Amino acid sequence: MGEGAGEGELPMSIKVRVPTPLRQVTGGLADVEAAAPSVAECLQELESRFPGFQERVLDETGEVRRFVNLFVNGEDIRFLDGLDTPLKSGDELSIVPAMAGGA
Amino acid sequence: MGYTQGLVCRECGAKYDLAPLHVCEACFGPLEVTYDYAAIRASISREEIERGPKSVWRYRKLLPVEDEPVVDLQTGFTPLLKAENLGRLLGLRNLYIKNDTVNPSFSFKDRPVTVAATRARAFGFDTIACASTGNLAAAVAAHAAKAAMKCVVFIPADLEPSKIVNIAVYGPTLVGIRGSYDDVNRLCAEIADRYGWAFVNINLRPYYAEGSKTLAYEVAEQLGWRAPDSVIVPTASGALFTRIARGFQELSDLGLISTAHTHMGLAQAAGCSPIVAAHEASSLTVRPVKPSTIAKSLAIGNPADGYYCLKTIRETNGFAGSVSDEEIVAGMKLLARTEGVFAETAGGVAIGVLKKAAESGQLDPDETVVVYVTGNGLKTPEAVADTSRISVTIGSTMDAFEAALRTQSALEPVHA
Repeated sequence: MGEGAGEGELPMSIKVRVPTPLRQVTGGLADVEAAAPSVAECLQELESRFPGFQERVLDETGEVRRFVNLFVNGEDIRFLDGLDTPLKSGDELSIVPAMAGGA
Repeated sequence: MGYTQGLVCRECGAKYDLAPLHVCEACFGPLEVTYDYAAIRASISREEIERGPKSVWRYRKLLPVEDEPVVDLQTGFTPLLKAENLGRLLGLRNLYIKNDTVNPSFSFKDRPVTVAATRARAFGFDTIACASTGNLAAAVAAHAAKAAMKCVVFIPADLEPSKIVNIAVYGPTLVGIRGSYDDVNRLCAEIADRYGWAFVNINLRPYYAEGSKTLAYEVAEQLGWRAPDSVIVPTASGALFTRIARGFQELSDLGLISTAHTHMGLAQAAGCSPIVAAHEASSLTVRPVKPSTIAKSLAIGNPADGYYCLKTIRETNGFAGSVSDEEIVAGMKLLARTEGVFAETAGGVAIGVLKKAAESGQLDPDETVVVYVTGNGLKTPEAVADTSRISVTIGSTMDAFEAALRTQSALEPVHA
């Protein structure tokens, strides 16, 4: 589950893992496919298909919300190039709420 | 009946029913439990609390449970020790150690977990889980055993051997992840989304975090119902730090103590100090780091509550400090040799930062200072493995003993 219609025709395929709080805008989908050369453009593409998606992840200034973490293949994008982090076919973008623990 | 009302988003104020939910659907902000403080105020008193059980459950009205039976290992009400020797050394006349090394699974984590396990069972979960730097996994596994629930815990695979025993002995499914705690946590967030388990620090986090408030309640009660002037809290994600501050504030709001004025001191290991770095840069934005420290229980590079910690430091006119691995080990030894408390590495972090704060004049000689020592030294014995030495070994005769006694230095303390 997770692949929308017609996505097999896209030149590249990024798997996006959608956390529970965002699934109300993806119609319940936990995984969606996207095709975009960077994290920022991937979020724009998802916004065009799932209106409301981007504003849940980014704040008014276009920065990642304080309590959202974005990972490309398991690496926090703040250790990469932030929203400009490039994406290639087969990459996995995870959207994960901030978590507690430790001590 | 409990006194909980529901969940509220700390960022945008959206309200939710009491459910196993931790993230606001509108803005991803953290959800927190709300209470009917007017009703609590009308029914709570110092005397009633003092008549209660000698555990965290004496503060039941301030914890997010209803009338369900608790999963109880008699956590809490740990000693508050007046640290005369250490205080004399550091020029502090009213220094106290909150000794949380003596909880059922040997760290403060039993406090949040007794609450989370109680709620997990009430919500109808059959499996309890967590992502952990080690101490939390032990607490979850112990409470799962007591509650006869299934248990799956996730840790970085390179954890200290003693901590692995301290978890595995309770019989959970123990999953080691090749990676840091932050990697474990990210994976667990995704697992929590897919499996219907009670992850205490993920979907049960609003309930779990509240258990740590008891570290403020107990200290205030043990000081004769007053808040300390300053505290020092070893900090990883920041949940403990922010909840201790809230605990003092709640007692003040309820009239159980006079105005809370505690300066909140935050302690991190230099090899993982993203909150201290932000504080020193006068920023409220925490930049994540890749941890590299012997204080593995504090090795969280991406602290979820970092922002709220920074706000708390500002609001309480508090402070923040970090110490090197060498200073951590020195802190562990100093605490053991002056006060007889054997703490894990996080305790060494707290003592190291205490020493710096005392030497820099951050702490006044007469103020009441409480240092939270949150985990037992037997969890991380390798940090002080160089102390594993016998002064002298002799045959079992008086002659042999007296011969040794005549040797210059043979019977000096192992670590003078």
